[in-house]
Amino acid sequence: MSNRSMAFWLFLTPVILALAIVVVIPFVYGFFYSFTDWNGLSATKFIGFEHYINLFQEKEFMNSIWFTIKFAVASVLLLNFFGLALALIVTRNIKTNNLLRTVFFMPNLIGGLILGFIWQFIFVSVFGDIGDMLGAEGMQGWLSTTETGFWGLVILTSWQMAGYIMIIYIAYLENIPKELIEAAKIDGASSFQRFKKITFPLVAPAFTISMFLTLSTSFKIYDQNLSLTNGGPYNSTQMVAMEIVRTAFSDNQMSYAQAKAVIFFLIVAVVALTQVYYNKKREVEM
Amino acid sequence: MKNQEKKSLFSIEILGIILGLLWIAPFYLMVVNAFKTKRDIFSGVLGLPETWEVENFVKAFIDLSFLKSLFNSVLITGLSVGIIIIFSSMAGYALARNKSKISGVLFFVFVAAMLIPFQSVMIPLVSMFGQADMLNAAGLIFMYLGFGCSLSIFLYHGAMTGVSKSLDEAAIIDGASRFQLFWKIIFPLLKPISVTVGILNVIWIWNDYLLPSLVLGEANATIPLKMFYFFGQYTKQWHLALAGLTIAIIPVIVGYFFAQKQIINGVSEGAVK
Repeated sequence: MSNRSMAFWLFLTPVILALAIVVVIPFVYGFFYSFTDWNGLSATKFIGFEHYINLFQEKEFMNSIWFTIKFAVASVLLLNFFGLALALIVTRNIKTNNLLRTVFFMPNLIGGLILGFIWQFIFVSVFGDIGDMLGAEGMQGWLSTTETGFWGLVILTSWQMAGYIMIIYIAYLENIPKELIEAAKIDGASSFQRFKKITFPLVAPAFTISMFLTLSTSFKIYDQNLSLTNGGPYNSTQMVAMEIVRTAFSDNQMSYAQAKAVIFFLIVAVVALTQVYYNKKREVEM
Repeated sequence: MKNQEKKSLFSIEILGIILGLLWIAPFYLMVVNAFKTKRDIFSGVLGLPETWEVENFVKAFIDLSFLKSLFNSVLITGLSVGIIIIFSSMAGYALARNKSKISGVLFFVFVAAMLIPFQSVMIPLVSMFGQADMLNAAGLIFMYLGFGCSLSIFLYHGAMTGVSKSLDEAAIIDGASRFQLFWKIIFPLLKPISVTVGILNVIWIWNDYLLPSLVLGEANATIPLKMFYFFGQYTKQWHLALAGLTIAIIPVIVGYFFAQKQIINGVSEGAVK
């Protein structure tokens, strides 16, 4: 199929149009609008870096960035811990391993919005009841403080996505040659030694993949944030994605919100490009 | 030695089962409390209901306009995913069969677009579509094509390496047009990757909340969007809210039950690539 062939362009036209209209043009426009006083319909003047200077001085926005970073770090650690632990369990020769895979993976298929509502009930009513039974003060009033809201979001995300990360680890664990493990067993290696010397090094690439995957997903989380804490109390559990949506569609500050969105893009892009860099480096080493 | 191994396997199984129970506990709590009265929930959330209130579900079903929301969700997800599969497979094929520079550049642009988070284009996008009077279901489906085609093209492009070029040549010699060649010979061979692409896009579009909330009104709401309005209506009335949540999840559970293997394989393939 050559460039001059009509078929080549006909096959590509629909997706080129869609990508251009839905992603590329809004992205480029948005970048320009962030330097103007655009109100969603029209822009009257160019204001340079004013929005960018303001947003770095806005407490709420900077708070949301810090909250998102802390959330992402905690989620990435817990998700990978649980993902690997679950994968190690269900790749053993146990009777329930298929059933357990099904169960652990299930929350992934349900939308974050719905899961957030379910967990709101768990944190508020169920935790409260268990706290009453045990006489534990710490179980009361979840989601009503910044700290419990933070851990609520981390727990929800870990529970929801651990099954997904599990699947990635399973793919790598099942590729480890059985003979390798058998040979190590015959040589008298303990199960911990086998994990450390064989399993772990061979699963390391999965760790890189899932670390970046979870990092970029946790940066972009919106639905869970909206349905679990709705940013409260006092916007203290509001993540960047939600901050941008609110600035645009509740406060109606379109070009200012767009400047925040540009900063958000830069953060996400840096994370993703670091991943590409690491993957390339790894491929060269292998 | 053998015995000791059996023992350790047994304790792993127990650990797995405990974790499994912990994992489904939220669903158990949701369903059990959805059957209770308001007072029953107040007196305890862990046990089974005193009387099983089926009425909660009837009320939630009506207030969610569930059949209508289900129809909207099926329509939007079905059409979007169908269109994504048709156009992305064509594009993946064309890009894989053309080794020129411009083809490489186009492929790079599609892949690079995956870097852009939704929030970074959302505001101008909604404004543009608003001015064109396209904030409706048709506009939404087109947006899904724009957001979904990158990953899908990437996956199809990768799968094309397994499809021999001699097939193309043979068909062309036999007088087939590119169009016939693709749909009659190439596309059927791409079926495994089409299943993966379909599953990944269904999961995402079915559950998406933010984009429909910006594009559709309440009258044409999909399940997640309707759920959001519904939940706002019943704060502090957990028995009704939980019944609604249970109903909203049922289609997903049914789908998972029938296509479990394909779903897990599809997701695994999409992630590892």
